[in-house]
Amino acid sequence: METILEAKNIFKVYENGVIANRGVSVDVERNTIHAIVGENGAGKTTLMKIIFGIEHAQGGEIFFKGERVNVRSPHDAIRMGIGMVHQHLMLAPDLTVAENMVLGNEPRRIRLFLDTEKAIEITRRVSEEYGLQVPSDKKIKDLPIGVRQRVEILKALFRNAELLILDEPTSVLTPQETEVLFKTLKNLKDQGKTIIFISHKLKEVKQIADRVTIMRDARVIDTRDASELSEHDIAQLMVGRDISFERIPEPRQLGEPVLRVRDLSYVNDEGILVLNKISFDVRAGEILGLAGVVGNGQTELIRILTGLLNPSEGEISLRGEGLVGLSPRKIRERGLCHIPEDRMEDGVAEETTLEENFILDRYFKRGFSKGTRLLWKEISQHSRELIEKFNILAQSAKTPVSSLSGGNIQKVVVARELSSDPELIIAAHPTRGIDVGSEEMVHRLLREARDRGKAVFLASADLDEILKLSTRVVVIYNGEIVAHFQEMSEVSAEDLGPFMLGVQREEAVSGKVSA
Amino acid sequence: MEKFLLKYFTLIRVIIAIAIGIVISIFLIYLISQEPGFSLKSFLLGPFLSRSRLAHVFETASPIIFCGLAIAVAFQAKQFNIGAEGSLYLGAALGTAFGVSTNMPAFIHIPLVLLIAGLAGALWSFIPAILKARWKASELVSSLMLNYVAYFLGLYLINFHFRDKDAGFLVSYQLPETAWLGQFIPDTRIHYGIILALVFALLVYYFLYHTTTGYEIRSTGFNERFARFGGINVFKVIILCQVILGFLAALGGMTEVMGIHRRFVWQNLGQPGYGWDGIIVAIIGRNHPLLIIPASFFLAYLRVGGRVLNLMSDVPAEMITVIQSIIILLITAEAFLSQWKYRITLRQAERGGAA
Repeated sequence: METILEAKNIFKVYENGVIANRGVSVDVERNTIHAIVGENGAGKTTLMKIIFGIEHAQGGEIFFKGERVNVRSPHDAIRMGIGMVHQHLMLAPDLTVAENMVLGNEPRRIRLFLDTEKAIEITRRVSEEYGLQVPSDKKIKDLPIGVRQRVEILKALFRNAELLILDEPTSVLTPQETEVLFKTLKNLKDQGKTIIFISHKLKEVKQIADRVTIMRDARVIDTRDASELSEHDIAQLMVGRDISFERIPEPRQLGEPVLRVRDLSYVNDEGILVLNKISFDVRAGEILGLAGVVGNGQTELIRILTGLLNPSEGEISLRGEGLVGLSPRKIRERGLCHIPEDRMEDGVAEETTLEENFILDRYFKRGFSKGTRLLWKEISQHSRELIEKFNILAQSAKTPVSSLSGGNIQKVVVARELSSDPELIIAAHPTRGIDVGSEEMVHRLLREARDRGKAVFLASADLDEILKLSTRVVVIYNGEIVAHFQEMSEVSAEDLGPFMLGVQREEAVSGKVSA
Repeated sequence: MEKFLLKYFTLIRVIIAIAIGIVISIFLIYLISQEPGFSLKSFLLGPFLSRSRLAHVFETASPIIFCGLAIAVAFQAKQFNIGAEGSLYLGAALGTAFGVSTNMPAFIHIPLVLLIAGLAGALWSFIPAILKARWKASELVSSLMLNYVAYFLGLYLINFHFRDKDAGFLVSYQLPETAWLGQFIPDTRIHYGIILALVFALLVYYFLYHTTTGYEIRSTGFNERFARFGGINVFKVIILCQVILGFLAALGGMTEVMGIHRRFVWQNLGQPGYGWDGIIVAIIGRNHPLLIIPASFFLAYLRVGGRVLNLMSDVPAEMITVIQSIIILLITAEAFLSQWKYRITLRQAERGGAA
């Protein structure tokens, strides 16, 4: 088969000294779906950014259609026929689909004004050509994420992309949306396109890829035909050791409700009803999973529970004490800890040291300060213990957080929050974007907390995570709880999907429904 | 060698920036002056060539240290309050008014005058602070505007109520001797204000790095959302750091009045200007109280060098300001030489130094 893209010996060091690619070589054959897999931080995205001209390599060569090319910017890449769909979509939310499609080379009237009709016509034509349905006159912000992604793919095709790079395209999609995307990709392949597909979900890779390149620690470990490898083989190559995938059976010793939420509503600054009369309990000794497509009110719900946002209506109580109106500190003092969904924004102060990040919720407590004086010796000692106990890869307790990898930064957050001896753990996307090793550890810690009789509330965009950990699951859609799953042994991702998309509501739920 | 360069990169950068600034100054002076050799000597060596000029460096550094500390406390919390000049001016004016109207033994009078000035400065700075904390008004804009209000309020107070009509200039009455800060080195005007400035530098250092409140201030500066998330009362921090700013800046102005002029003498907008110098030294010293000391002495040296140059040579005052500004600009430019640092980092990484 003919090779369309070849990267040879790519070497890339970031400004902070992190080596993202050390001599990486990959060749992609024309008219195939080529998956690149690896843990976070393995260098996949960096490699793609180099090919697409966003980042520049310090060494190595790229050949496209047999010619050596110098990709200085995405502009160059697009002109050559390379398109990229980013993990975070790059569309203008306030413009319509058609306007987004033609952005950059707009059809004009008298050279000045956008020819809207022509733009819509172009969108229709391209859309028909590739069999991808999009509503040309709707604004991007009004569309579900799966459709937005389709617009982005179409946009690349309109710019005559022969090679399409998709960076973790399924991480934001529901199982049903993923199916549709895969059909689209296979279709595009049949029409002669080549697709590079980045993922760390092995099932998907097996399902769709013709060839697989496995990366680990900034190197390429192997490139093979997908049919030669099992899911398990790929996982082992990715991590470099054996790991287990089984769902762990769990004891069901449910205790008293620790967190009680009743009729919680929230109207945001723009007057939109974000949460609508939400009620649920989290009991001691259980993990309650909150499933839902990102952006259905999860973020607000968690900010309200932790005191960072005030609800418009409703009651929250922790072991019988009301929490509404209390400051985040007072809520924490009552035994709540919070692993935030955005670790870089809320979880850490990256400019400063691990020590100073560890003491955020305890610097004023005994053992860390005396009167107003900080006890640095004790703080350092405590920090070293946490680094050791949570297996954080850092040179010392005085290292700035910014020099750690994503997984280790998350461990810093988890170490601080779980070491505060909480009664209730609120964890939002606790393993998003971290490597498999760290993920295993976070999962183990949450399970251990549950076994010690703590209450855990877990919100995650990763359905596998929800299914793997939860004792019970509630599904949130458009600010409402639309389903309760009490017995998890029979539940699969496909069962949750229709609720997450709002196609189905409570009545049809398997198992009992509770308040 | 390269490891050494990386470790001391900031210091090396400052030194290189100063060197380049001086080279440009030499070039400019050669361009302008009829007697460039002499002018250059006046500018660079002038401050060291006589006892009184050297003393002048110390005298000038003292209020600059105060203002640098003031700005540093607010900037550490990422509150960009630039009202040090206003607090300094109004604080010193009110302190002077109190000082000239009262009579008591020195051991009470001195601390009391300082306290009144400090509180006045703090109260002044409370205005932009509460506007920010409560209504999210940019402290940068409001503190800047309030500087002008402070200036005219101070002028009104001094010129209409405390003006010494027997003096030949528009100045306040002289402070009674019980409110003077002593000058402790003969034939110079170096006064106890400099000692006080150094003591406060240590205090502020201790406060920021070794107390719980200091931790709250710095955490808010590192990442406000992080601070809120962890339960720090960000509202309190926003107000407190700016109130401290006003207090320290006012002390800088008051000690200068009590130690050097013994009356309130500032009549023109932009005088004394220490509030602005405070911003410069806070940036050069990266908001670290102890680094602000050398930064202040360096800036004082530049200022005195400029005055000597103005006095002794044919270089016009405007050109002197230009030269000073170029040097300051080079030092404060963060990205200066960052490419060079990157290349060293790269070589180190390639060698396997970093992973």
